Amino acid sequence: MVNTKPSDEEILKGLGVLDDEEQSDSGPDVAFSVDRGPSDEPLPEEVSDEDLVFDASELSVFYGDFRAVRDVNLRVRRNEITALIGPSGCGKSTVLRSFNRMNDLIPSARVAGSLLYRGVDLYDPRVDPVEVRRRVGMVFQKPNPFPKSVYDNVAYGPRVAGRKKGLDDVVENSLKKAALWDEVKDRLQDSAIGLSGGQQQRLSIARAIAVDPEVLLMDEPCSALDPIATARIEELMAEIKSEYTIMIVTHNMQQAARVSDRTAFFSVELDESNDRRTGVLVEYTTTEKLFSNPDDERTENYITGRFG
Amino acid sequence: MADISIPKPTTGLLTTDALAGPRSRARKEGAVKWILFSAALVSIAISVLIVLSLINEARVFILEVDWANTWGQQGWFPRQGLYDMPTLLVSSLIVTVVAMFVAGPLGLGAAVYLSEYASRRTRSLLKPILEILAGVPSVVLGFFALFFISPQVIERIGRNGWLVVGAIMIIVYVGMVFRWARQAMVAEPGTTLRTQLIRILTLTTLVALGLILIWWINDVAGSSDPASADFFTVKRSGQLAAAAVGVGILTIPLVASVSEDALAAVPEELRAASAGLGARKMTTTVQVVLPAAVSGIVAAFIIGISRALGETMVVFMAGGAADAARFTASPFDGGLTMTAGMASLATGTDNVVGEGLTFQSLYFVGLVLFIITLALNVMAGRYVSRVREKY
Amino acid sequence: MAMATIGNSGAAERRVEDEIFRRGRDLRGSGFRTMLFAALAISILFLVVLLIQVFVDGWPVLDERFGDFWSGTLRSRSSDDKLGISQGMIGSFWIAVFVAVIAFPLGIAAAIYLEEYAPDNIVTKTIDIAIRNLAGVPSVVYGLLGLFLFVQTRELKDSTLYAGGITLAILVLPIVVITAAEAIRAVPSSLRQGAYGVGATKWDVIRTQILPFAAPGVLTGTLLALSRAVGEAAPLILVGAITGRLAPRDGSFLSLEQFSDRFTAMPIVIVGWVQESGRDAGFSAAAGAAIVVLLAFVISMNSVAVVLRNYFEKKRG
Ligand SMILES: Nc1ncnc2c1ncn2[C@@H]1O[C@H](COP(=O)(O)OP(=O)(O)O)[C@@H](O)[C@H]1O
Ligand SMILES: [Mg+2]
Repeated sequence: MVNTKPSDEEILKGLGVLDDEEQSDSGPDVAFSVDRGPSDEPLPEEVSDEDLVFDASELSVFYGDFRAVRDVNLRVRRNEITALIGPSGCGKSTVLRSFNRMNDLIPSARVAGSLLYRGVDLYDPRVDPVEVRRRVGMVFQKPNPFPKSVYDNVAYGPRVAGRKKGLDDVVENSLKKAALWDEVKDRLQDSAIGLSGGQQQRLSIARAIAVDPEVLLMDEPCSALDPIATARIEELMAEIKSEYTIMIVTHNMQQAARVSDRTAFFSVELDESNDRRTGVLVEYTTTEKLFSNPDDERTENYITGRFG
Repeated sequence: MADISIPKPTTGLLTTDALAGPRSRARKEGAVKWILFSAALVSIAISVLIVLSLINEARVFILEVDWANTWGQQGWFPRQGLYDMPTLLVSSLIVTVVAMFVAGPLGLGAAVYLSEYASRRTRSLLKPILEILAGVPSVVLGFFALFFISPQVIERIGRNGWLVVGAIMIIVYVGMVFRWARQAMVAEPGTTLRTQLIRILTLTTLVALGLILIWWINDVAGSSDPASADFFTVKRSGQLAAAAVGVGILTIPLVASVSEDALAAVPEELRAASAGLGARKMTTTVQVVLPAAVSGIVAAFIIGISRALGETMVVFMAGGAADAARFTASPFDGGLTMTAGMASLATGTDNVVGEGLTFQSLYFVGLVLFIITLALNVMAGRYVSRVREKY
Repeated sequence: MAMATIGNSGAAERRVEDEIFRRGRDLRGSGFRTMLFAALAISILFLVVLLIQVFVDGWPVLDERFGDFWSGTLRSRSSDDKLGISQGMIGSFWIAVFVAVIAFPLGIAAAIYLEEYAPDNIVTKTIDIAIRNLAGVPSVVYGLLGLFLFVQTRELKDSTLYAGGITLAILVLPIVVITAAEAIRAVPSSLRQGAYGVGATKWDVIRTQILPFAAPGVLTGTLLALSRAVGEAAPLILVGAITGRLAPRDGSFLSLEQFSDRFTAMPIVIVGWVQESGRDAGFSAAAGAAIVVLLAFVISMNSVAVVLRNYFEKKRG
């Protein structure tokens, strides 16, 4: 095994096979408290190529002729949680979906501007969206377990990627990371439809994790859940942040403030010429700054509840 | 460890190739798409082939036939070179109209009952039975029409039945006129002398027309006088009326299911709103639900008509004519519809080659039938999409 | 006039009271309901009478000589001991095989294309229109198509089993496409999204999510199509299935040579015997018995289809 290939341990870590505890030197300790607030040390504005995951510049998304969002400039950093907030209909989901090309499934959707993922233009004709989605996973607003067993749900991604062996380990580790293992380990072969809403959503997270993505996109993952289940998911996000880059859309400002490192605030502008509303990115900065001392008046109005 | 893929480096820049995906995947996905696309194209190919096959032979008929032989002849005697189209068209019309008199009210009534009145349990019990009826092969209905409907129903009430119908019409007429006249006298709201007179006149006209039609069918149109039957007419025990009732029974489930879809598309709020205004179930159904579903119901009737026109075996078996038919406008005679005429040409002897254009006449009739049913189906499609747009 | 007005408003008041207190039963309403129920009941009654009639007519044959009837062949006299339906059964069996082999894969594939791939363009629209209109084309016209495609000499002497089988496969193709497409449309889009979201390819999604979920609906459609094909007579008559006498073949029931031989099928046997009954009344009992056999197949296929669909509809709410 002495060659350029990564060591077994690295491989297993990469696949999420090793437990968190075993990865003793896995960087700074993860905070477990839900309301830890923004980190004490100020987050750097500058970012190296190493740490830059997404770089959107002048990104616009259209549905047919309708420009749903325009001119978004957004740089997403590694191992951070980036929150997208804003009033409903301002294009948060639209932007999020463009980051792993889920918009390709909507025939009328079209993207302009540039969106780089680790230096690669995601909309280059040579890029295969399937490949993108294996690196950039997605968790949806409504829990959507497949009508299969818990096990088959989690194993689904690795299986379609052609993996046949070692699935038991992948399933176990993914479920552990998603903090679901203890609850389902005795009924892995039961249908996932029988789980509670919160469990189903954590299953969706486990399913996304199982393909070992680098990024997790979450579109209002807690909006269909009760407060307790929501707290579990928030806790979970903090736990897995050290391994993944996470983008989360939320309509809940407290949630953004609790979990995210940076927050992007979107709003809508009315285009008088055709009376249509287009989403814009108003302000994007550290969560601490955005919620304590925003630059833009619209942000201020929104977070103080005067608008939207 | 060969089966575990090498983890991708998790930091640093990527190349486009890293996200390009394996060639083999693109090739496989493309191949699947093309295979499925070809399967979808088959339907276009079939449509084209149908039109081609019809036109190919019908063209010969159209170009070469002596058109005098296709109109105003004694009847449809293709093997003698007489291709009287009115014989087939009028028989088709009779069968379709009578069939729709059976399938229309019964199908629509069943649909309204199932959709508006039946409890969940009743529905889940009775609807499958209708679906079974929809699956009964037409040869079975042909047998039933010939051996039951014809002797037990048509022959028994048959011609005398028309007298009963006429009598009922007259009784209803007298009753309605009496009622309207009384309403006009006590001046019920919404009834002026004028509206009542208009109502009475309209009804009088309708009843008169109905009685004239009955008289005409009985005494003028029929050619059933045994003395007038000649060697051309191959009589069997069936007649168009029996076949038409059989066709009607076959059409009931179709009318019912399309109507029911239309009724189901009516939003529940409309019913609730009507009930909220204190309307009774019947009022809601008749004045709110049925008007809201009207285009779907029209579509159901058109589809029913198209189906009845295209039904072959019932008329072939129970229509009371084989091979050839004299012209008739009476449902109590034997006759050949377009479809039964075609089936007759293809059976009996082992080939359809007769005098001159016999084989081509088959395609000519097929073309006429195809055009009529296509037009009906397109029309029905319009009405159905109107329902879709509305809700 | 004044009198009338007073009387009138009195009547109106009384009506309102009636409405509120339901005084006197709602006669018109219950009459209406009864009429509607009668429509449904009469429709069902037709089916019941039909079943009884057929059964009564066919009973003597089924009761006295079912074995011979099952293995017998087409004969010229109804009193012939060897009169029976074996040739019809074989023909219908093979027609069902043709439909299953040709129409099912083609129809399901077309449905998948239309629901999952088809872009919103003119080709798709044309395919859509073609399928919808094909479903409404009378079955005799399909017979003309079969005649045109397979029976070139204009003498029906060379019409064969494969001509009949392919013609009926074409006939039911639109039914398969439409029902399969409906079943695929019912697949929740959250399943598609979830699968795409973890990096499934389109074919993966179809194979692992859409087809399994749509399977009961697709199966229902295929069963309905199959029973339609087995009961259909008109196109077969047009392509020249045998209604009269067909020499018994030797060789196995499964032998493939018979594809290029003349053939008959259950509905054709029935038509033939009904026609013969004018000459030899005994044939009507044989026809009744053959109908009982045919209905047993067709109704059980339909019932399975309906039960299957209802079961899954209920299960999925
Ligand atoms: N599939 C779609 N087709 C057309 N318009 C869409 C589609 N999805 C979203 N939109 C429009 O795009 C805008 C942004 O929607 P969305 O991204 O869902 O907003 P958010 O997630 O912020 O509530 C809205 O005006 C919405 O109507
Ligand atoms: Mg959204």
